[in-house]
Amino acid sequence: MFPTPVEKKSLPFNISYRVAIWVALFLWLLPLLAVLMTSARSTADLNAGNYWGIPTQWMFLQNYTLVFTQTPMLRYLLNSLIITLPAVIGAVSLSTLAGYALAKFKFRGRIGLFAAFIAGNFVPFQILMIPVRNLTIDMGLYDTASGLILFHIAFQTGFCTLFMRNFIVGLPDELIEAARVEGVSEWQIFRHIVLPLVRPALAALAVLIFTFIWNDYFWALVLVQSDEVRPITAGISALKGQWMASWQLISAGSIIAALPPVILFFAMQRHFIAGLTLGATKG
Amino acid sequence: MQKLHSKQQQWMPILFLAPAVILFSLYVIFPIAQSIWLSFFEWDGLGEKTFVGLSNYFELFSDEQFWTALINNLYWLIFFMLAPPIGLLLALFLNQKVMGIRFVKAMFFFPFVISQVVVGLVFSWFYDPSFGLFNKAIELFGFQPIAVLSDEHWVTFGIIVAGLWPQIAYCMILYLTGLNNLSPDQIEAARLDGAHGWKMLRHVILPQLKPATFIAIVVTVIGALRSFDLVATMTSGGPFGSSSVLAYFMYEQSIFNYRAGYGAAIATILFLIMDIYIAYFLWRMLKSEKA
Repeated sequence: MFPTPVEKKSLPFNISYRVAIWVALFLWLLPLLAVLMTSARSTADLNAGNYWGIPTQWMFLQNYTLVFTQTPMLRYLLNSLIITLPAVIGAVSLSTLAGYALAKFKFRGRIGLFAAFIAGNFVPFQILMIPVRNLTIDMGLYDTASGLILFHIAFQTGFCTLFMRNFIVGLPDELIEAARVEGVSEWQIFRHIVLPLVRPALAALAVLIFTFIWNDYFWALVLVQSDEVRPITAGISALKGQWMASWQLISAGSIIAALPPVILFFAMQRHFIAGLTLGATKG
Repeated sequence: MQKLHSKQQQWMPILFLAPAVILFSLYVIFPIAQSIWLSFFEWDGLGEKTFVGLSNYFELFSDEQFWTALINNLYWLIFFMLAPPIGLLLALFLNQKVMGIRFVKAMFFFPFVISQVVVGLVFSWFYDPSFGLFNKAIELFGFQPIAVLSDEHWVTFGIIVAGLWPQIAYCMILYLTGLNNLSPDQIEAARLDGAHGWKMLRHVILPQLKPATFIAIVVTVIGALRSFDLVATMTSGGPFGSSSVLAYFMYEQSIFNYRAGYGAAIATILFLIMDIYIAYFLWRMLKSEKA
């Protein structure tokens, strides 16, 4: 292990290290803590310039209730879910199929196809913006959840295919070969041999791209415009314009917007990090 | 039977690939070509397109806003490169097994999980000239308060710092995973040889962390060139376009100024810059594939 474990050092060093990590963490998250604190303040406090002291009144519940009752925040949250869940399922399914084909079949153009998926995944969004917007309008899907979902499935398929292909390539060929000799059909092989083996990768991938899609802002600006379909990222930035000075409400809204991916992250931390760092240890 | 099987093996991969390839081509591959094609036209996004050859590009090169955005992108690239080394330092700092460390690591990673829109709001709040934490802090050291986000000299750096926050967290996680997978034998052997501290890091640890460094640099470069969300939420490119980047400039021109052809030209330039990195990444990736 590197650096040397602190347990092997002197007692004072140990104590200071154990204190230092918490101090560092406090400083690291200070901007966020400030927002969290603000979301519990009253208008009176903010008007009086009490931004950093103890709130004279704790308005935590009131502020959050206000956000949910006085603004379309609940609608935005729901929209984000309506967009994100199908997009995750779609992208993961398509890329598992594609990843399997790229990993375990030999055919011409295999490397080229794989390279296209990788490259496409890194392009700047702006080079896709105008054509994708027009395509969405032409299909009659502008300002609908389906328009966003389709785009997210298509775009995330690039990253997901890279991910699944690299995972599946590591699975033993013998299993698949043996099944082929037995006369099992290719679809059955995929369904009953490959799919159970890739389950851990599926979980990691799903958690990861849930966060990517949930946090998308650019496409939410480009492909939708009404409150009825707007996801929470675009919603909160629209609310920011309307609330101007009501910082306690903006703060509460931000906290709400951040919460779902955070909860998911803490619930599935191991999967999340496995997904994110795939390739960081090899390749 | 055998024949049926080899036949199946020929067309099954096509079936497996078809949905992904069709959708990916429709939404990613073709649009790239369409955008490049569009950059040779004058178009308001709705009416007739007029072919204008390279004139969008000529106009771009004499457009001051373009150069501001391009230079800002360069600043993003340069200063974002702080993320991998700081991430490494944090990872080294946190790579211990004391009580509560799992929680601490998870909380350090926090900024990466939340949306950039929220990061933007958090930092707008942090920089606020009258009550923001940033100005409170510099006042302690006797400096005059700075309105970071409305000062054209500071604004881009202010936004970059906001962007570094989640990016450092990302790099830290990459390195923590890398540190977890170090070969204990090599470290022990180096320790017996008397290596420690900086020497150990430089000659034994860093070479083993190479894959993590590679990924960290790739995602950081891509992140720097893709910067849009923070600019859009924190300043909308202002004051007077001084914090714009190519990604935001393109969006502004096409959506607000109805200049789709011009926007496409900006996107093409950004795409060409990004291509250098994409090509490098692909080359590395495919090389390790053959090895």
